[in-house]
Amino acid sequence: MTKAPILTVTGLTKDFGEGDTQTHVLKDINLAMEAGEMAALLGPSGSGKSTLLTILGTLMRASGGAYDMLGVDLMHASEAQRTEFRSQNLGFVFQFHHLLPDLSALENVMMPAACAAGRETASMRQRASELLDAVGLSDRRDFRPAAMSGGQRQRVAVARALINNPVLVLADEPTGNLDRESADHVMDLVRTINETMGSSFLISTHDEHIAARCQRRIELLDGRIVRS
Amino acid sequence: MTPYAVKLAFRHLFSHPGQTALLMSGVALGVSVFIFMSALIGGLATLLTLRTVGSIPHIVLEMPDRDPAVLNANPGAQVVLQKDLSRRDQIAIWQPMIPIIEKTAGVIAVSPQIRGSAFVVRGQAVSPVGVIGTMAGKLSDIANIDAAIVAGSGSLPADGILIGSVLARDLGLRVGQVVELTSDRGRSRSFRIGGVFTLGIASADRQSIYMNFTTARALFDLTTGVSRIEIKVRPATDAASIAERLRRSTGLKATAWTEDNQQLFEGLDAQARTGTIIKAFSLVTIIVGIASAMLLSIVRRQAEIGIMRAMGASRGLVISIYVLEGTLIGFIGAIIGALAAWLALLPLPPVSAVQSGGLPIDQTQGDFLLAIALTTLAAMLASILPARRAARIDPVEAIGA
Ligand SMILES: Nc1ncnc2c1ncn2[C@@H]1O[C@H](COP(=O)(O)OP(=O)(O)OP(=O)(O)O)[C@@H](O)[C@H]1O
Ligand SMILES: [Mg+2]
Repeated sequence: MTKAPILTVTGLTKDFGEGDTQTHVLKDINLAMEAGEMAALLGPSGSGKSTLLTILGTLMRASGGAYDMLGVDLMHASEAQRTEFRSQNLGFVFQFHHLLPDLSALENVMMPAACAAGRETASMRQRASELLDAVGLSDRRDFRPAAMSGGQRQRVAVARALINNPVLVLADEPTGNLDRESADHVMDLVRTINETMGSSFLISTHDEHIAARCQRRIELLDGRIVRS
Repeated sequence: MTPYAVKLAFRHLFSHPGQTALLMSGVALGVSVFIFMSALIGGLATLLTLRTVGSIPHIVLEMPDRDPAVLNANPGAQVVLQKDLSRRDQIAIWQPMIPIIEKTAGVIAVSPQIRGSAFVVRGQAVSPVGVIGTMAGKLSDIANIDAAIVAGSGSLPADGILIGSVLARDLGLRVGQVVELTSDRGRSRSFRIGGVFTLGIASADRQSIYMNFTTARALFDLTTGVSRIEIKVRPATDAASIAERLRRSTGLKATAWTEDNQQLFEGLDAQARTGTIIKAFSLVTIIVGIASAMLLSIVRRQAEIGIMRAMGASRGLVISIYVLEGTLIGFIGAIIGALAAWLALLPLPPVSAVQSGGLPIDQTQGDFLLAIALTTLAAMLASILPARRAARIDPVEAIGA
């Protein structure tokens, strides 16, 4: 069974700095991902995992190459177009949860949708509620982040990444701050969501245990993809 | 401005009640200073104006100066002006003018007067005085003599006079005594002192003598005319324009009190400018306070703002959240400050009842709405820069991904 690629990256490069201090962090990255795929991004520290995720997430521009997603040329899109594309098609989970401290769990999950719509709606509330159920936090709906454990916060962050039904969720060491048990819990969840909702996941990690639970492994070494 | 921006702005404020309360009380303090200054400057102006215009005529009507006109103004020619001194300055036909003057809008009192110079002779002492003959019932129309009587009474029988308290003291005169007055027309007559007044105006208390209209006619040889017509108007500040109208309708020379009191107006102007500077400073304080508080709050929320931007929040949304937050602090703080100032000024007496030594604060001149509007505007301006800075936060840097 072959699926249409949702994303294609060809000859992508990223350099930081100028002249003598210039570093080539990503070199000739070629990558395609299909709908519904769940991939692990592995590589030693400093190999460029976070940089690649940030570029794929349209939070940073590449120095060269081509990046197309869902037929959109994101390499040459304007900043406003990228912001809109991001809010419609991409979800993010970071190593640190980055929940908004003044909002409840439910409001945090709704945030990306509310930002795009300009208001919180009943259907958003409904969807956020379902997502909190899915991550097992239906009884923490009205808690603020400060009143939740690290694992619970990260599960709220996963739910938040899914509120806009993203095509692709980019997760940068989502379990890096969690103990084994909480990490497993979050990964179970990602797996279930991947299977039931069909969102693709690209998860960077140092943890072989996590990588083993993904269908595909992409390995980076010194800014190049050595296996995908 | 989306409902979501409004929600987040309010949420920020309510999530940090202590900080919000502190900021708002700072704004409230600035606003009360603003209102207090407005009320004080306005009250001072009212008080000084009241004191000044209370005892003087607002408009004086006299015969126009009969200065001879130069017929042939030949350049280089030496011209000698000879003033006609054969006639006396008097308004000969004055009766028909009274109803015209009384009907003029703004005029509240009209007092035709016989004026002249005279000497009071008592033993070896001779004192020059100005005599004012007023019509029956019009004694207190210009200066409130009745209220200023400190001894005797304010009634004016044909042989009675009222004298100023300084003159009475200088000449050792008391109520009931008889003095002789000699007018500049050379006529003398004895009068009984019916009352002594203190107006609080040095020249009046030292030199003025009030007497019966008809008696004054005889004393100064004015059989039909009057010397001048004194007028009070309301509001006193309209005197100049009313004087101009009277000049046209009567053909007389009309002098408004404002012409003779330029110093008062300059003083009031300087006072108002000082007040404006202090008010401007209180606004600047509010701007600086809100701007720095907003900057701090944005630095503290850097990661939050970054994550919102990463999750699809537009720059416009970020700007509107923080501008609204700052504006709300200003607006609510201003309302609180205005309310506090209003309550604080409420028990103060009106300016007209201020005792000497008391501050003449006029609550009605507190400029409450202006203070609220300006403060809200200032708060909005103060938060624009921090808000724009917030919108420029780079999500990648802020999140540290
Ligand atoms: N803004 C930047 N300016 C200059 N160099 C940068 C910048 N961001 C990243 N780099 C460099 O790019 C390289 C890759 O960094 P990146 O964060 O992508 O690595 P990583 O694979 O995510 O590492 P880790 O596993 O430790 O998170 C590093 O050598 C880093 O120093
Ligand atoms: Mg990294």
